Amino acid sequence: MSRLVSLLAGMVFGLGLGISGMTDPNKVLGFLDVTGAWDPSLMLVLGGAVGVTALSFRLVLRSTAPLLGGSFSLPDRRQVDLPLLAGAALFGAGWGLSGYCPGPGVALLANVSWETWVFIPSLLAGMLLHRVLGGARDRASSALSARPGQ
Amino acid sequence: MQVVNFTPWSALAGGLLIGASAVVLLWFNGRIAGISNILGGLLPPRRGDAAWRVLFLGGLVAGGAVAQALGSGPPQGREGLSPWLLALGGLLVGFGVSLGSGCTSGHGVCGLGRLSARSLAAVAVFLATGIITTTFVRHFAGVA
Repeated sequence: MSRLVSLLAGMVFGLGLGISGMTDPNKVLGFLDVTGAWDPSLMLVLGGAVGVTALSFRLVLRSTAPLLGGSFSLPDRRQVDLPLLAGAALFGAGWGLSGYCPGPGVALLANVSWETWVFIPSLLAGMLLHRVLGGARDRASSALSARPGQ
Repeated sequence: MQVVNFTPWSALAGGLLIGASAVVLLWFNGRIAGISNILGGLLPPRRGDAAWRVLFLGGLVAGGAVAQALGSGPPQGREGLSPWLLALGGLLVGFGVSLGSGCTSGHGVCGLGRLSARSLAAVAVFLATGIITTTFVRHFAGVA
């Protein structure tokens, strides 16, 4: 049952991205290009979506568990830190360069356009690169802290 | 500034659907509809945790395809767009969402809905660097 919900939620999400125009990189770049000929549509996409979540999440999270059991998987970090800001900055740069963010990139995979077939593999490579670098850094710091007399 | 191609009704309708999807996923399954985290959780796939991610992403592809079929067809490809530029964009997006724990959906749609300070900061920063990058690329470098 919960798997069916995942599938349906994904479909509605993809439908929403398509109808809203988020899957058109030209439209996304037209929104980000505020000094040129500006297309404000995407403000309403985000505004509409956040309007729904802001009103509903509060009610949903009043219950102790999701309807289909288990528990709510929510991020537990609260602090605005450097990795968050640096990551968001790099993501924004890539978004502004390509016109794609991850959702529309995936939603276009059934499309004949080659663009997202370059974008999504590069995105996965970027994720893996961060894992590898992060893993190397963690190993280095744990090696340091494991040193006797430290 | 000159406003062009403004499609308020379809934008709002699509936004409401995206929000509804995020509410359903949280309400029924307790999961945040953040695409980069749903995708990143499959690298590598873990037993018992992979199926819902694959199904959500499969639904996303299907929903996107249906929207294209019902609507104006697939977006126009961009003439003269360099695949290398697109690959660089993808790499930055992938690295950035992994380091920054989310993207437009996780921080934007869901994080702002939870009134998370982290997400508000992330959205402000990625909108700012997105605007700066697009402005630079379009008006100074003349690439895209």
